[in-house]
Amino acid sequence: MTTLLIAEHDNAHLKDATHKALSAAAALGGSVHVLVAGNNAKAAADAASRLAGVEKVLLADNVAYEHQLAEPLAALIVSLAGPYDAILAPATTTGKNVLPRVAALLDVMQVSDITKVVSPDTFERPIYAGNAIQTVQATDPKKVITVRTAAFPAASEGGSAPIETVNPAADPQVSRFKGEEIAHTDRPELTSAKIIISGGRSLGSAENFTKYIEPIADKLGAAMGASRAAVDAGYAPNDWQVGQTGKVVAPDLYIAVGISGAIQHLAGMKDSKVIVAINKDEEAPIFQVADYGLVGDLFTILPELQEELTKAGH
Amino acid sequence: MKLLVPVKRVVDYNVKIRVKPDGSGVELANVKMSMNPFDEIAIEEAVRLKEQGKATEIVAVSIGPAQAAETIRTALAMGADRGILVKTDATVEPLAVAKILKKLVEQESPQLVIMGKQAIDDDANQTGQMLAALLGWPQGTFAFKVALDTNTIDVTREVDGGLQTVSLTLPAIVTTDLRLNEPRYASLPNIMKAKKKPLDETTPETLGVDVAPRLKVVKTAEPGGRKAGVKVGSVAELVNKLKTEAGVL
Repeated sequence: MTTLLIAEHDNAHLKDATHKALSAAAALGGSVHVLVAGNNAKAAADAASRLAGVEKVLLADNVAYEHQLAEPLAALIVSLAGPYDAILAPATTTGKNVLPRVAALLDVMQVSDITKVVSPDTFERPIYAGNAIQTVQATDPKKVITVRTAAFPAASEGGSAPIETVNPAADPQVSRFKGEEIAHTDRPELTSAKIIISGGRSLGSAENFTKYIEPIADKLGAAMGASRAAVDAGYAPNDWQVGQTGKVVAPDLYIAVGISGAIQHLAGMKDSKVIVAINKDEEAPIFQVADYGLVGDLFTILPELQEELTKAGH
Repeated sequence: MKLLVPVKRVVDYNVKIRVKPDGSGVELANVKMSMNPFDEIAIEEAVRLKEQGKATEIVAVSIGPAQAAETIRTALAMGADRGILVKTDATVEPLAVAKILKKLVEQESPQLVIMGKQAIDDDANQTGQMLAALLGWPQGTFAFKVALDTNTIDVTREVDGGLQTVSLTLPAIVTTDLRLNEPRYASLPNIMKAKKKPLDETTPETLGVDVAPRLKVVKTAEPGGRKAGVKVGSVAELVNKLKTEAGVL
């Protein structure tokens, strides 16, 4: 059995989502090849070749792949799919965008967002915002799978796989990259952070996120997240949203501030190792999943927390 | 320009679902059903494009049991012009849904298909991308903003790091994300008017699509539970516990 894993990268760096999806690929058994499709993406391919358990890295270096547009990328993956028994990608927005397109072109029913490999053709995946876990057996001869990265550990380094250059596929030329607004930050990414502090609508404004949440994130080296309500209200950017339709995270420590805990939010964070809830409503559902709850006004608690963390040496 | 908008009947957003004790699935009997919230956003966007004079006709499609006609009526009440129900009692997987929609696209020749990015029951997030693949059309998934022109559509997409804008050659597929718009409520007069709008019926068999599932559901289980922990009395106690008891600071 041979698996093709689609790497998540920004041409210069390999993203942590690749390391995690590699663990799922390894769990299928057999050998794993990693496809790095990008533009001037040699550095990302080099990083992929250093991952333990990778047999070979395929590098498709072409301007058509610079922004991971689904149409040319799917055409490339389909052109390479022949010898592979399974094609995997992390369930990032890139993976979710391109892999179903690949699956349909191969006439395969994709298995989305797997959280566990039961056997090479049987997987667990959450449905209904994680309120039920379905075990499904894929009967298509080829498997096309996206991986919920929060459910798998990151593969370690220590490999030295050869890098093979592959030819680009014909670009369907029906889509064009026009621009992007990507936040550049020194903070860890939400999906790979060890600590996350998230705010809800009770924060009241974007300024309050900066004033109350950010200093604590700075102290802890944490990523910042938000509930859907806070994002909809314009207090936080959309890519901070944690939940069923936003990002699914599983950090060591998740601090939910002023978040009531709608099932759609819980779906995105309830696999965190330790959950702290700070909320003025002691009946808030978030307390039902929190390891440590603190009832009170966030505007007094957060400055205190900042002080206590300083005392504790952070 | 004609628009096609697929809508799915799902368990209502506010219902806390229950797994059947025998592990055979999720309890759907006597549960409130509604239109998938992302599909409401898709209908709303289509209606706005029509109100702006950029679209001429909106066809709402649903695949499901007889009751899925109610979901189509909701779309018609929001402003869609006519409906097509592809009637089946089978569970239809995203790949088969995409194949059915492809047949309807070939019949109806829309320039744009707008649909939800995922359904909140199976959370698959596949159908739009699959339909685009089968038609050889470009796809603008997870749309945050769309700008429709005569021959192209610019779609600003919600991506992991922020936003990305792509320009697509029509015909194209757009899948909606949460912040594309806020769907309207249908007014009572519009609900009454919707009852008179045309609603055609067909079946997967008539369309020549095999809907036999490719995934075998082995079992459906409750997720591993999480117990409520302790309430702490002060911030100092919280920090102390995180440090010494939980070991995460």
